[in-house]
Amino acid sequence: MSTVEERVKKIVCEQLGVKESEVQNTSSFVEDLGADSLDTVELVMALEEEFETEIPDEEAEKLASVQDAIDYIVAHT
Amino acid sequence: MLSPLGNDVDSSWQGICAGRSGIAEIERFDTTGYNTRIGGGIKNLDIEPYLSTKDARKLDAFIHYGLIAAQQAVDASGLEGYEHLDKERVGVAIGSGIGGLEYIEKNVITMEKSGPRKVSPFFVPASVINMIAGNVAIRFGYQGPNIAIVTACTTGTHNIGYAARTIAYGDADVMLAGGSEMATTRSSIAAFSAARALSTRNDEPEKASRPWDRGRDGFVLSDGAGVVVLEDLEHAKRRGATIHGEITGFGMSDDAFHITAPPEDGEGAARSMRNAIRDAGLEPGAVDYINAHGTSTQVGDVAEVAAVKSVFAEHAYKLSVSSTKSMTGHLLGAAGAIEAIFSVLAIRDGVLPPTINLEDPDDGCDLDFVPGSSRKADIRVALSNSFGFGGTNGTLIFQRYED
Repeated sequence: MSTVEERVKKIVCEQLGVKESEVQNTSSFVEDLGADSLDTVELVMALEEEFETEIPDEEAEKLASVQDAIDYIVAHT
Repeated sequence: MLSPLGNDVDSSWQGICAGRSGIAEIERFDTTGYNTRIGGGIKNLDIEPYLSTKDARKLDAFIHYGLIAAQQAVDASGLEGYEHLDKERVGVAIGSGIGGLEYIEKNVITMEKSGPRKVSPFFVPASVINMIAGNVAIRFGYQGPNIAIVTACTTGTHNIGYAARTIAYGDADVMLAGGSEMATTRSSIAAFSAARALSTRNDEPEKASRPWDRGRDGFVLSDGAGVVVLEDLEHAKRRGATIHGEITGFGMSDDAFHITAPPEDGEGAARSMRNAIRDAGLEPGAVDYINAHGTSTQVGDVAEVAAVKSVFAEHAYKLSVSSTKSMTGHLLGAAGAIEAIFSVLAIRDGVLPPTINLEDPDDGCDLDFVPGSSRKADIRVALSNSFGFGGTNGTLIFQRYED
C-alpha cells in the first residue's frame, strides 16, 4: 500500500500534468506547479475521491501546497 | 480538417476524389438498443502533437477537433512566419452546431450519481460553443473579432460568410473561420433517432448516406472540423500567401416554415442561393458546380433540387451538383466548413466530387449529380449550400483566383 504522500503526489501529477520529479512537498500548486483556480478545485475533488473524504470549501481554500494536502489527509482520514 | 475520411485536408480530399465512404459502426459508446448504430467518427487521431493530456482533459472533443483543424490551417497558411502580422487585426469565427454534448452528459451523470459537488469546474469552459474561438485566440494571440455563430447545420457556412464580411467591412485583415462537431454521443444519436432523422442501414454503413437515391432513409451523423484562413487580398499578396481561391458571394435566408423540415419547393434555399449570386455580382449561368447540402433525407434532398431548378432554370441541367455527404455523412456544424474546403479544392484541382450510392435517382432528381465517381472538369465558380434546423439557410460562392 502506498503512503499518503505517494498517493497525493500521484494525483497532483495526474491533475496538473507535471512530472513526479517536479513535485516537492513544499511545492505550491499555483506558484510552482502552474495550477489556476479551476485546476485547484479539480485537484481537491480528485483528492476527495482518492481518500473517500469530503473536504469543505473553507478548508480546501487553505490547501496551497503538496504538504498542506498531505497534512490535511493524514489528520482527517 | 478532420473528417471521417482522414485527419487532414489531403487525406480527406483523396478520399472524396476516390469516392470512398467514411461511415462505419459507432465505436465511441455501446449502441445496444439503438435503432441507428452507424456514424462517421474520427479514427486514429493522435491528439498529443496538438494538445497536452492535461489540457485535453479540460476540453470536450468538439474543441479538440476545432483546435486541431485551426492549428493545421494556421500551419498551412504560413501566417505565423509573417513578421509584420498585426495580431490585433486577426480574428476568429468558429462555431459548432451542438457543442460539448459528451462533457455535458458525463457531468450530468456524475451529478445525478454523486451530487452537485462532483461537477467539474471545467464543465462550462469545456462545453460551451465559443470556446473553440476562445482557445484559438489564446493559443495564437489573435486579438481581433472573436465569435462563434451557432445555426445548427448551417454553422460552418455562416461563420465563413460572416468572417469574409468582417474582413470586407474592414474589421480584420485575417480571419480563421469554420466549424467543429463531435455529436455522435449516446444522447444525440438517441435524439436524432427519435426525430426519425437518421439512416438505420446498420448492415451496410458505407451505403447508408445516399442523397437523391430512392432508397435513402435519413442522414448519417458524423464528426470532424474544418477551418479556413480568410485574408484580405492585398494582405495575402503582401506576405506572398498561397491563394487557393476567392470568396465572392455569401447569402442567407430563412424558410420561416417549420422547425426541422423545408417547404417542398425549397423556396428558402433558393432565396439563399440568389442572395449569394447577387452578392458575387454573377449571373446564375456562371456557376459550374454546386456542393449541395444533400443530406440523404426524404424531404430535404428533393426540396434542394427544386430550389436549384428554380434559381438556375435551364442552366440547372448544365452545371454539376454533388453531395460530399454521401461519403462523409453529415457533420452538422462542421459540414459547411469542410464542404467549403472541398468546393475550393474542386476548383483548384479541376475535379467534380462524386455523389456515391446514387443508384436509382428519385422522381424529379434528374440533374448531373456526378454519380459514383469523381470527374475532371474546368470549374471556375463553385457554390456551397447549407440548410439547418430552424429553417436557416446559407450559401457561399467561391471562385478561382486569377491575378
